[in-house]
Amino acid sequence: MRGLNSVLNIELKNHLVKMFPVRGFTVEENRGILVIQADASDLVNLMNFLKTDPLCDFNVLIDLTAVDYLHKRTQDKRFDVVYMLWSTATMQRIRVKVTVAEGLEVPTVSGIWKGANWPEREVFDLFGIVFSGHPVMERIVMPENFRGHPLRKDFPLEGRGEEYLIESIMIHPPDSGSGSK
Amino acid sequence: MGIETLLGDTVLTTKISEFVGWSRKYSLWPFPFATACCGIEYMSVLNSDFDLARFGAERPSFSPRQADLLVVLGTITYKMAPVLWQIYHSMSEPKWVISYGACASSGGMFRSYSVLQGIHLIIPVDIYVPGCPPRPEAFLDSLIKLQKKVAEESVVNPEYKAKADYLEKALGSTEYQISKNNTKQQ
Repeated sequence: MRGLNSVLNIELKNHLVKMFPVRGFTVEENRGILVIQADASDLVNLMNFLKTDPLCDFNVLIDLTAVDYLHKRTQDKRFDVVYMLWSTATMQRIRVKVTVAEGLEVPTVSGIWKGANWPEREVFDLFGIVFSGHPVMERIVMPENFRGHPLRKDFPLEGRGEEYLIESIMIHPPDSGSGSK
Repeated sequence: MGIETLLGDTVLTTKISEFVGWSRKYSLWPFPFATACCGIEYMSVLNSDFDLARFGAERPSFSPRQADLLVVLGTITYKMAPVLWQIYHSMSEPKWVISYGACASSGGMFRSYSVLQGIHLIIPVDIYVPGCPPRPEAFLDSLIKLQKKVAEESVVNPEYKAKADYLEKALGSTEYQISKNNTKQQ
């Protein structure tokens, strides 16, 4: 399978490079999987192409996550948003990376794969990366009144002192009555 | 006592507090609030190997309204804290709390941004059980200790009121605010 995969990868790589002659677009093979590095501005076009093109046909978004490269890169290249795609037709996998600076937005792909909705909210919750065009860009894992984004490398390991979360229970106690709202 | 000398062994005299305490201690209805692996240990406590029924507490109440013993089994995150708070306050008096395991008692190994560092920060606790997770025998021991405590409690004990005011005491108003102001001045 390894041999077949690498043949398919070479074919796919040539196809992609031909279709996207834009700046900042690179395709490299890493341990048998193609890794695409793209600009945030090209992302929606690229993802649409990867899903609909008959040769690519990446119909499954396996995972969507982010990496914080604080102190390893310059501030304008701080985060990588990583998309893992899989094709049920060709059994191929591919990885797409988009580099963003702190405070910049990434276009949502939840219109292409519905399964991107919650992972994008999770990335926003834990890294503070905003996905523009997302239907509900709110926290999904942490409490609504949580301050900060805990998976950022500059978030302290032991927390910033989350006692305020308990205090807020005292100030705005949840309904302890019949529970009918 | 007069009546006992008159009727012999057919009657027993006692105080109403002791009688109520005695009946309460053998009819505890636990509410298992199981969020982690301690809940698995609690399952074996309920099963015939350890058999909680021997202590009159075999009926796990999966509604806080009918329970009078809240057993917190596992890690409580800050997001879960309001739920636990609400469940505790949905229980009717008298009520007791067992904090089972390191996570519920102190946050355990999770000294992190998301985990509550002990449920005593939001609700009053009667018995702490150490261990990660504790053995089922430890739960039985804690239940026996709690039964002693329940039996000694008076029916007219103002402790119930004190428990209800626990939150204001701990965090809500004067004491906490004073200590907060003191630290600011220093």
